[in-house]
Amino acid sequence: MTVPSLTERSQLDTEAPPILDVRGLWKVFGPKAEGVVGSTLSRKELKEQTGCVAAVRDVSFEVRRGEVFVVMGLSGSGKSTLVRCLTRLIEPTAGEVVLDGEDIRKADDRRLRELRRHRMAMVFQHFGLLPHRCVLDNVAFGLEIRGVPKQDRYARAREVVGLVGLNGFENSYPDQLSGGMQQRVGLARALAADPEVLLFDEPFSALDPLIRREMQNEVIRLHHEVGKTMVFITHDLSEALKLGDRILIMRDGELVQVGTPDQVVGAPADDYVRDFVSDVPRSHVLTLRWIMRKPLMDESLDGPVLGPDVVIRDAVHTVLSADRPVRVIEGDSLLGVVTSAEILEVIAGGQER
Amino acid sequence: MTSVAVVAARLPARRYLLLAVLAVWVLGWALFDGRDTLDLGGAELTPLHTSLNEGMDAIDDSRNSNPFFLYFINYVRLFLDEMVTFVQALISQPSFGRPLPVLGWLGVVGLATAIAWLWGNGKVALLTAVGFLSFGVLGLWQESMDTLALTLTAVALSLAVGIPLGVWAGLSDRFNRVVTPVLDFMQTMPTFVYLAPLTLFFLIGPASATIATMIYAIPPAIRITSHGIRQVSSDTLEAGASLGATGAQSLRHVRLPMAKQTIIVGVNQTIMAALSMATIAALIDAPGLGKTVLKALQTLDVGTAFNAGLAIVVMAVVLDRVTSAASRRVEVERRAGRSRSAGRRRLELAGTFGAVAVLGYLSYTYIWAAEFPIQAELGSYVRQAADAASLWVQDSLAAFTEALKNAITNTLLNPFEALLTGSPWWLVFAVGVAVALLVGSVRAALVTAAGLLVLVLLGLWQDSMVTLASTLVATILVMVLGVVLGVWMGRSDRVDTMLRPVLDAGQTMPAFVYLVPILGLFGPTRFTAIIAAVVFAAPISIKLVAEGIRRVSPTTVEAAISAGTGKWQLISKVQLPMARSGVTLAASQGLIYVLSMVVVGGLVGAGALGYDVVAGFSQHQLRGKGLAAGLAIVVLGIVLDRVMCAATQRADAAAHGGLARK
Amino acid sequence: MALKRSGRVRAIVLVTGTGLLLTACGGAKVGETQQPAAGGQGKSCGTFNLAVNPWVGYEANAAVIAHVAEKNLGCKVVKKDLKEEVAWQGFATGEVDAIVENWAHDDLKKKYIEDQKVAVSAGPTGNKGVIGWYVAPWMAQKYPDITDWNNLNKYASLFKTSESEGKGQLLDGDPSFVTNDAALVKNLKLDYKVVYAGSETALITAFRQSEKQQKPIIGYFYEPQWFMSELKLVKVNLPPYKEGCDADAAKVACDYPPYELDKIVSKKFADSGSPAYTLVKNFTWTNDDQNLVAKYISEDKMTAEEAAAKWVADNPDKVKAWVPQS
Repeated sequence: MTVPSLTERSQLDTEAPPILDVRGLWKVFGPKAEGVVGSTLSRKELKEQTGCVAAVRDVSFEVRRGEVFVVMGLSGSGKSTLVRCLTRLIEPTAGEVVLDGEDIRKADDRRLRELRRHRMAMVFQHFGLLPHRCVLDNVAFGLEIRGVPKQDRYARAREVVGLVGLNGFENSYPDQLSGGMQQRVGLARALAADPEVLLFDEPFSALDPLIRREMQNEVIRLHHEVGKTMVFITHDLSEALKLGDRILIMRDGELVQVGTPDQVVGAPADDYVRDFVSDVPRSHVLTLRWIMRKPLMDESLDGPVLGPDVVIRDAVHTVLSADRPVRVIEGDSLLGVVTSAEILEVIAGGQER
Repeated sequence: MTSVAVVAARLPARRYLLLAVLAVWVLGWALFDGRDTLDLGGAELTPLHTSLNEGMDAIDDSRNSNPFFLYFINYVRLFLDEMVTFVQALISQPSFGRPLPVLGWLGVVGLATAIAWLWGNGKVALLTAVGFLSFGVLGLWQESMDTLALTLTAVALSLAVGIPLGVWAGLSDRFNRVVTPVLDFMQTMPTFVYLAPLTLFFLIGPASATIATMIYAIPPAIRITSHGIRQVSSDTLEAGASLGATGAQSLRHVRLPMAKQTIIVGVNQTIMAALSMATIAALIDAPGLGKTVLKALQTLDVGTAFNAGLAIVVMAVVLDRVTSAASRRVEVERRAGRSRSAGRRRLELAGTFGAVAVLGYLSYTYIWAAEFPIQAELGSYVRQAADAASLWVQDSLAAFTEALKNAITNTLLNPFEALLTGSPWWLVFAVGVAVALLVGSVRAALVTAAGLLVLVLLGLWQDSMVTLASTLVATILVMVLGVVLGVWMGRSDRVDTMLRPVLDAGQTMPAFVYLVPILGLFGPTRFTAIIAAVVFAAPISIKLVAEGIRRVSPTTVEAAISAGTGKWQLISKVQLPMARSGVTLAASQGLIYVLSMVVVGGLVGAGALGYDVVAGFSQHQLRGKGLAAGLAIVVLGIVLDRVMCAATQRADAAAHGGLARK
Repeated sequence: MALKRSGRVRAIVLVTGTGLLLTACGGAKVGETQQPAAGGQGKSCGTFNLAVNPWVGYEANAAVIAHVAEKNLGCKVVKKDLKEEVAWQGFATGEVDAIVENWAHDDLKKKYIEDQKVAVSAGPTGNKGVIGWYVAPWMAQKYPDITDWNNLNKYASLFKTSESEGKGQLLDGDPSFVTNDAALVKNLKLDYKVVYAGSETALITAFRQSEKQQKPIIGYFYEPQWFMSELKLVKVNLPPYKEGCDADAAKVACDYPPYELDKIVSKKFADSGSPAYTLVKNFTWTNDDQNLVAKYISEDKMTAEEAAAKWVADNPDKVKAWVPQS
């Protein structure tokens, strides 16, 4: 299986309107939840004073079309609640969720079902497969409930089953499949409806590491092939860094930082995030942009050329084997240079700055 | 919720409080023994009982004028009568101008076997054939067919009503809350209380018998269906919702298919409940095996009663195994999948039914196939053997059982009963509420307070306390048996295969059959009533405990063994604690079953509420009191159940480190 | 699987074939041997709904009446097994025509005969009912003076059981019977406690065990009763019954009155002119007659029908007197 390198991340049109726009979203569990919206009390104080738990507090973000947007946080940070609020599997307490210009919080039941059937689909941590149906029927389930004729839905289901690499297992039952394969069924089910947005709720946490890596690569491959917008929930930082075009970090229901992987690692918003990313091998995430420096007066500027968004790890060979500083050039302009000194500092300096 | 957590953390303190309450009780009893005990003699009535009597009379009298009876009840009755009579015409009674039913024994055995074969498997088909033939061999063909006709009709109607209601109760918390107490009522209100009034509304005949059976058989259908619908994994439901499934779609494609196995269990339990009514329904002329049992009881003919009881047990086992096999088969077949050719199945169906048609035709036409040959009957041997066994038991064990009875009565039952009945009612009331509060919750304490007040108002305080004492002792014995045998059974498949038929028999053999031998052993005493209740209630508890033990994750057991745990440590420290939910369920079900035997207890010397109900059924002027006693039994059941539930929840909360989660 | 299934199909074919062969063989056909419609006189008797209360003595009455009604009058007798109360209700709903052994039941008489006027008495059965306190024969032999109530307190300690709280146990019985025992014990100042056995079955078993194991039991019982022919219980003499001594239930201090067992029929049935009604009205026999039929049923294990047929065959004169002359 060919895995696209991380440097080949999709280039996004940052100017186009976002496909998903979340503004001031709150979800409060407990009595008189509305009254809690806007509160600035800490989670513990809130619990003691009102008996309420604010799972999501005033979260706003935009997801661009075609982007893989990762929401990351530890358990209890409210990330799973957040993703459920996006399709109103959990009813938000306050705020807006705008999908392509339409506030889904205003949708009535019928409209909401339409949105779920056609525009958003979700993959679950525990798969949520129907044990009494075979793989093909599970995959076709979404089409079945929206009334697609049998022939058509099986044709489409077969197609998607092929897409996720489950050929030959169409007639197996979920309990005859391994966890990884079950999640492929879950993935296929979500893809079958050809939605614009795919939501993943910690889809690989229940899988063992090898399978998990395989499934992550699968998602990357699918993202390349079908180009869906994806919102991906995880508690695993390396997964977030591997998959995410951008990462949103949550803590106690609040948004801590949104940014590209190198932004999160290179410029953590606070100590919480810094702690979080401290174990990440920086050379695997940071790009040359983060370590380049202004050329010195006496340096020769005829060394090899690399782009600013090349990840350090991928630049190591070029830089170390060049006898002159490597130039970082974007378009026509020289942004800076990188020498083996900078590279070695990142690699040897390890985690600490 | 937090209060529960806090409370759980203070558990040891609670234990001392509980002891203190008990100490106060004993002290109070010593001081006030015999005062304010609200004693009421056997034939004495309170004004409430009299007015209940009058109320029932008024309803009786309005029967011919009230439009509800004229237009609703009468049509229900007609419908039920027709339905049962039709099934009887097919298999048990002379019909359509013929001296024999449409299908003779050969046809029925063929049809039943075919059904078991086509929808079950070869093994249950064989069991069905042997089981049905045994009805004839026992000399009870027609009686068995009558019972079967009535049971099948009642079960079909119970399911037709119960499953939709169960689905509703599974989907709607509000409906569930409304229906639960009604079901409690239906299950614990003694049949004797409503049997006579039923015949006024639905007249003597199949309709009344069917309704009486349905009242008892519907609750398990509703409860278990609702449970099945509720336990469907929320992950899967959420997945359905995320795909835009409507409520109806999620019911049809997700909940119902996933709850199916559980619903089948409900069907089984409904069948068992319906069959357990066969004897009591015979008191209002329901045809079938129940009549044979009752008739035999008039002359204390244990052999004949056992013979008929055996036929009921066989019927229960056959119906249970066939429905279970059918449900498993659906599963297997679905998996075997689409590749299986429909044509072959059609051929199989056609062939089998062709064969059945031939057998049916034979049994329609020829006497040898219609009437079970008398030469093949072995019932007399069964009768003699059972008689001999019953006599032997009564003669040779009586000395030993007398001692056992006296030991338990004097050490356990009498002191406890003396404490309950000798203390002033307000003291018992206060102790009851305090205990409910300490072991349960505020809610449980409120229910207890309300329940005990109702007992006082019903004028049956003393009787209720006597019944309560016996009920609790019986429940303790049931749980001792349940845990000991349940653990044994849960740990060994061999023991399971050995015990299960015995337990099935205990559950379905009509109590009237074994009343005579146990009366012979223990005399007409409260202890006899307790034994009868234990025989009936222990099987369900044993099965539930065994189920719980078997569900303990093998990994945990393995881990414990690898840590060097001994057999007894494994049972007491790992398997039993982990099977706790099974054990609690066993206790609460055991309690309900014990309560449902209170009336039978009244027939063998338990006195108190059971006797009041029986007397109310037998003497016109006592029926108001009988109704009140029935209500008192229901109240006892609800109070005990709620306190037990609350205690379980509290224990769970405590076990989870005081983390009470919603 | 495939192999197994095809085996199955083959088996079906086999069974079908065998079945067809059997059809050819034949045998006696249903309907061919059908008996001619029973009954000699062909008078319009129609259907006769006879309640059968759950004790053997009653069943003896019912069996004999049913037998005569079917064989001599050509009635279609429908026996309905019912408890007394339900049987009485049947008069109101029109489902029961006759009850042929009634033990007093003044409350039901008041409700259905006087108030609702749906039932009428059809005279005594000729059986005399006796209610009282009984002991097993061995006790009467061993303690001859026990049959006098004055001596009961002397023997109270014999009758102590786990149920009687240190007093003597007086075993009361079937809830269907009205009892004054609690009042009697109190008013005769006896050191006894009434314990409710709860059913006839319990009482009989207790007396049986009493005789077999020489276990002292004193209890409430009644005649005629089939059990008396198995074990002749001995009655304890209470202060004799005098008219009116049981007027106030709380102050009763005398024995139970003798009962005239009677027959009750529905008003409709009485007015119908059915020969079955005349039969019921004319039916009387003695305690010995009933005990004999009851013995056939309980000891000789005959069915009620067989027992009735045997008795009727042996007693044509008695039967003749019941059958309406025409």
